[in-house]
Amino acid sequence: MNLKKIAAAGLSVVVLAGLAGCGGQDKAADKKAGSDLSGKVTASGSSALLPLAKDASAKFKAENPNVSMTLNAGGSGTGLKQVSEGSVDIGMSDVFAEEKLPAEKAKELVDHKVCVITMAPIVNKDVGATVKNLTKAQIQDIFTAKITNWKDVGGPDEPIVLVTRPSTSGTRALFTKYAMDGKEEASNKSLETDDSGTLIQSISQTKGAIGYVALSYLVNNSDVATVSIDGVEPTLENTYNGKYPVWGYEHMYTKGEAKGAVKAFLDYIVSDKYAGELEKQGYAVTSKMTVQR
Amino acid sequence: MDTSRQQNMFRREYLGKGIATVCGLFLIVLTIAIGCFLLGKGSLTFTQFDHSITEFLFSSQWKPSDTEAGGGQVGALIFIVGSILTCALALLISVPFSLCTAIFMTKISPQLGEKIIRPAVEIFVGIPSVVYGWVGLVVLVPLIKTVFHVQHGQSVLAAAIVLAVMIYPTITSVSADAIRSVNSKYIEGAYGLGSTRWQMIYKVLLPAASTGILTAIVLGLARAFGEALAVSMVIGKMRAFPDSLLAPTNNLTSAIASDMGGAMDGGEFNAALWSMALLLFIISLVFILIIHALSGRKGAAA
Repeated sequence: MNLKKIAAAGLSVVVLAGLAGCGGQDKAADKKAGSDLSGKVTASGSSALLPLAKDASAKFKAENPNVSMTLNAGGSGTGLKQVSEGSVDIGMSDVFAEEKLPAEKAKELVDHKVCVITMAPIVNKDVGATVKNLTKAQIQDIFTAKITNWKDVGGPDEPIVLVTRPSTSGTRALFTKYAMDGKEEASNKSLETDDSGTLIQSISQTKGAIGYVALSYLVNNSDVATVSIDGVEPTLENTYNGKYPVWGYEHMYTKGEAKGAVKAFLDYIVSDKYAGELEKQGYAVTSKMTVQR
Repeated sequence: MDTSRQQNMFRREYLGKGIATVCGLFLIVLTIAIGCFLLGKGSLTFTQFDHSITEFLFSSQWKPSDTEAGGGQVGALIFIVGSILTCALALLISVPFSLCTAIFMTKISPQLGEKIIRPAVEIFVGIPSVVYGWVGLVVLVPLIKTVFHVQHGQSVLAAAIVLAVMIYPTITSVSADAIRSVNSKYIEGAYGLGSTRWQMIYKVLLPAASTGILTAIVLGLARAFGEALAVSMVIGKMRAFPDSLLAPTNNLTSAIASDMGGAMDGGEFNAALWSMALLLFIISLVFILIIHALSGRKGAAA
């Protein structure tokens, strides 16, 4: 019986402490005041953009300790829907809002192109030794399973293994749009992987494998070989000068113009101060682009 | 003093009962709520997006549109076949091993069984599925690749083996319990009639424990059907019917897991995934009903 009482008392103490802790934290933060900015920023959406958003928010919070940030994945569509409904401040997306939302809802959103992401075709190293370049037509024939052996494109006599991403993936959407010119990949001939990290692993382990990932995944990674498209290497420079075609904006949408802490955070990501960080992680800086979409 | 003590007793008596009742009711409400939620979400494919149940169950054209407007195709047959095929194969591999282990640990060497095999099987149950998947990906998949000289090891076979290992402890421990609970009169009777130990095991023990063993198999099957993580790592997730054991395919749970993060809430794609979740829920419900029917029969027999 005593045990029950003790347990009940313990539980209530924990609950009270938790409540007090919540209240106390806000006050403590108010007193510290490294900068005058305070408020809450909530964001959800693209899982491709999330790592960058997390990194940026950590550095942003170091300068603005009074701002609380909540970041969630959930996919581009969910991010767009939630920001349009007003349940989050920022909707992160790999695609333009018009592609997912009805036109009248998309019109209410303001687009912030925080960075540019470049997608590169990657192959297993045994193929990469001989196949360094593919034309766009060859890439389309490979991913639609019209070409099924590497010897047809100047490589070794090995069947081609397609490794792709799920159909809701933003990476796949970009690749389909700019490398495949809208043609659908042969889903019944390809192995699907949930995330880019696993995709790189299966390509490095499977002979004759080809897939695609964002350049950000290839920083410090030499397990796979990249392939040029029409003689243009997938690099940040070639993205900036517009020679390399497979790239897209990463968007952070707000409903109406951003204000307060949300605006400060968006300004921080596109600031010159953070630009170096972006490039270090393999993303291209929007303001350096010489071409627009 | 005395009355206050009595009151105290009274309160204590009813406090415990009250808590237990509330928890019990909560569980019922929770189960019903989850069922209703799945039903509501999963039926949108058929109500809001106007697909027929026949299309969902028997078409292999899977191309749902990730918009609120809809207009795609939601044939989930490949995933359904993938689930059934891998689970059936897993059972085929796992049941003989499990039964033999159960017989060995209960009747042939009970001491060894109690001291070593039982704890070992219990540890087996506790291994998280991601570990099975990972080991499968790192060990099994390359092994299949080298043994069968194929380009990649992700296949129906890999998925079935991983599942078989995962359901092995469930089937083993439940059927061992069933064998243990066989009335000793039957066993003594068999010996009295002059049977050898092995004759006793396969002519008397196994038939007497058969409903319990069936329950074990259905439990294992239910676990195999619901397993997502480990299978999705080794099945290859190719949206095609497998033409051999070494070909990759996809199943219900992996398909839900890979697109649920990207499919827009309220879109057709999302609704189609919920329908697949509902299907899994119905399948596991059917399994539970089968188990109940089996244990009812067992009760009637005893």
